Amino acid sequence: MNLDFSEEQKALKDQVRRFLEARCTPSTVRAVLEGPLSFDRALYEGLAELGVLGAAIPEEYGGVGLSHLELCVVAEELGRALAPVPAASSIYLAAEFLLQAGTEAQKRAWLPRLAAGKAVATFAFAEGQGRMTPDKVQAVVADGRLSGVKSPVPDGDAADMAIVLARSGGGSGAGALSLFVVDLAGPGVSRETLSTIDPTRSQARITFDGAPAEPLGGSGDGWHITTQVMDRAAILMAFEQVGGADRALEMARDYALDRMAFGRPIGSFQAIKHMLADMYVSATLARSNCYYAAWALASGAVELPVAAATARVSATTAFQHCAKNNIQVHGGMGFTWAFDCHLFYRRSNALALALGSLSTWESLLIERMSAGNINAAA
Amino acid sequence: MDFDDTPEEAAFRAQARAFIDANAPRHLAPELKRASFGSSAVQSEDPLRAAKAWQKKKAEAGWACLHWPKEYGGGGRSPIERVIWSQEEGIYSALSGPFVIGHGMCGPTVMAWAGEEQKQRLLPPLASGEEIWCQLFSEPAGGSDLAGLRTRAMPAEDGSGDWIVNGQKIWTSGAQHSDWGLLITRTAPDVPKHKGLTMFFLSMRTPGVEVRPIKQANGQSGFNEVYFKDVRVPDAQRLGAVGQGWQVSLTTLMNERLSIGTGMSTYFPELFRFCLEAEVDGEPAVNDAAVRSRLAQFAVRQSGLRYTGMRAITALSKGQTPGPESSIGKLVAGATMQELAMFALDLQGQAGVVWDKASPQEGRFQALLMRSPATRIEGGSDEILRNIIGERVLGLPGDIRVDKDVPFKDIPTSGGAKS
Ligand SMILES: Cc1cc2nc3c(=O)[nH]c(=O)nc-3n(C[C@H](O)[C@H](O)[C@H](O)COP(=O)(O)OP(=O)(O)OC[C@H]3O[C@@H](n4cnc5c(N)ncnc54)[C@H](O)[C@@H]3O)c2cc1C
Repeated sequence: MNLDFSEEQKALKDQVRRFLEARCTPSTVRAVLEGPLSFDRALYEGLAELGVLGAAIPEEYGGVGLSHLELCVVAEELGRALAPVPAASSIYLAAEFLLQAGTEAQKRAWLPRLAAGKAVATFAFAEGQGRMTPDKVQAVVADGRLSGVKSPVPDGDAADMAIVLARSGGGSGAGALSLFVVDLAGPGVSRETLSTIDPTRSQARITFDGAPAEPLGGSGDGWHITTQVMDRAAILMAFEQVGGADRALEMARDYALDRMAFGRPIGSFQAIKHMLADMYVSATLARSNCYYAAWALASGAVELPVAAATARVSATTAFQHCAKNNIQVHGGMGFTWAFDCHLFYRRSNALALALGSLSTWESLLIERMSAGNINAAA
Repeated sequence: MDFDDTPEEAAFRAQARAFIDANAPRHLAPELKRASFGSSAVQSEDPLRAAKAWQKKKAEAGWACLHWPKEYGGGGRSPIERVIWSQEEGIYSALSGPFVIGHGMCGPTVMAWAGEEQKQRLLPPLASGEEIWCQLFSEPAGGSDLAGLRTRAMPAEDGSGDWIVNGQKIWTSGAQHSDWGLLITRTAPDVPKHKGLTMFFLSMRTPGVEVRPIKQANGQSGFNEVYFKDVRVPDAQRLGAVGQGWQVSLTTLMNERLSIGTGMSTYFPELFRFCLEAEVDGEPAVNDAAVRSRLAQFAVRQSGLRYTGMRAITALSKGQTPGPESSIGKLVAGATMQELAMFALDLQGQAGVVWDKASPQEGRFQALLMRSPATRIEGGSDEILRNIIGERVLGLPGDIRVDKDVPFKDIPTSGGAKS
């Protein structure tokens, strides 16, 4: 039994933390929040130089060739620092799509540049309001040309390439959907940055009007591959969420020790102390669920779909819980622009929706458990 | 990361499994599987006799109290081997209910504080289940505030060195079938409350000890009032120095949290099975979006506890002490069980009110509804556990104590009672 990271993985985590403490301070995050740029490119390239973007990408494609466990500890640190970089889109999603379904040529074309932070890629999935189902996909590819509107697309304004889920060749349901690689610098692409609750992770609306599109994976396999990759990304995202939850809890704890009211530190009031204890509980449950999911991800276990949904639901709940109570513990200060609480609050609520909402993942978890893969129930 | 045993662990697991396969009381398995929270796991025969029989078998083959030293009737095994054993023992561990307090709390306290001769006398029959122990701590005036207890021990006037005990304990689980009790008393009312306590052990058959069962809110009678009227306890049965009872009790309470907190079930698997079978609007309940949402939240708490436990086991397996994360166990499990029971009844509609053998899963959720409030109180209430997490794990300041440096006799009490 070993449900823990190795000493080397913990050392990597420390290294990434030190790097981010120096290079990704709250003012780094605020520069993206308040400025015109959609991410911090210098920070992103610094992470690439550290070798962490390519941690789980094989060496033959320009990566470092470690495992997904290393990527998990990196994700936790990115979440903790609220790093304003497109790693989720480019690495957890696009690179995973390429690794899972790309041709040799597609991998060679994109993975080295993604690992080096020289290019950014994303996954264009959602099409407006509501939960995504196969029938909601309207984007369509005919004769190698894509038309339709994808929105919101994470980091869609900064990305060089998008993997797009679209219909092709008629039919209905999941089997009518396929994936395509689209060069966003090419013809037939127009995009617009969206105003969102968390501008530190940019979102865009992309309109495709006959954009050249190259198939990724088999025709009709789009929904199936998407589900697999979303599960993998959900685990990495859950580590980001756990990192954020832990940091929000620490901020609240530090403030509760420091702030005096009625002649005593507010942390000595049970209402505050018990709120913090409950934050610790949800962050701890989420972390343990994430460790389980990390094991499933790295070992390719059959439990992966259940483990992914478990980690995702647990970590979404924990981050939202810790971020909102962090504001509460800070009182009026917590509601100022100047204090960092809102950065965590924004991020927690944005990540709760990325990859599909909480209720979507709750439903997926139970569907998967009832489908017989109920190890998690025991 | 992996969920595999080391070769030594695997060999040990195989031994444990072989012993259990050959010796466990299999005829009881069906009812152990069906058991409801809060009532005896065994109904078809005397549950105490069934418990003692299995414990004795284990003890004879060296499987009782695995982590205790061999000379005190234990198995002399490592903490990780104890975990492996309990995984393998599975449903049969439900038989051990009468021994939980003795093995989990009283035994470790005796081991830490008693003299060698006493340990040789007391521990082996405790390990083998021949003698049962209870924990005589809580009182009407002191539960969470244990140090507020009022049961008095005074030196006997005959100069024998014996102590004379008068007072009352309450909520004493299992006192009605216990042979021994671990008893905390007040010996000095004129010093601050934590400083005037002294710990003893005594035979529950000592003259002047009277046990009166209390009928619980769920209709069962697991706990009792225990009265002491001029009960004579030899000084040799004192554990720790006079006035050191609080430190001695901490040994017990630390062990209590370990044994109650780890590996608790939240009854999620039972709820999940129910939702596969039950219907909402003519469809299986699991297809309903609202049901899924609630179920998912219960599921992630259950699995979060499970993997928090596995992180602790990981530490044990490396010979390390588990981290503070293990402190969340009972807090999460207690609240989850109670909410989960209410949800299961809600799904049963108006018929959820019915509690009999014809209710889904033989009324297990109704039994859970009625027993779960106690989990949030016993062994440290939810509020006390939150204080502990807040103060010891997160480092927040302690509560303001108005009674800290005041002589015990001057502390105000509920209802104006004074010693
Ligand atoms: C099923 C069951 C079995 C038990 N078995 C045993 C046993 O075998 N031996 C034994 O000695 N005892 C036993 N107990 C007693 C148990 O330990 C106490 O009930 C428990 O510690 C609470 O004490 P109390 O009942 O006096 O409640 P109180 O301490 O009066 O608590 C009442 C309420 O006040 C809250 N409260 C108290 N102090 C604080 C504080 N500082 N901060 C915030 N809130 C506070 C509590 O959380 C609770 O909500 C058992 C109890 C139960 C329910």
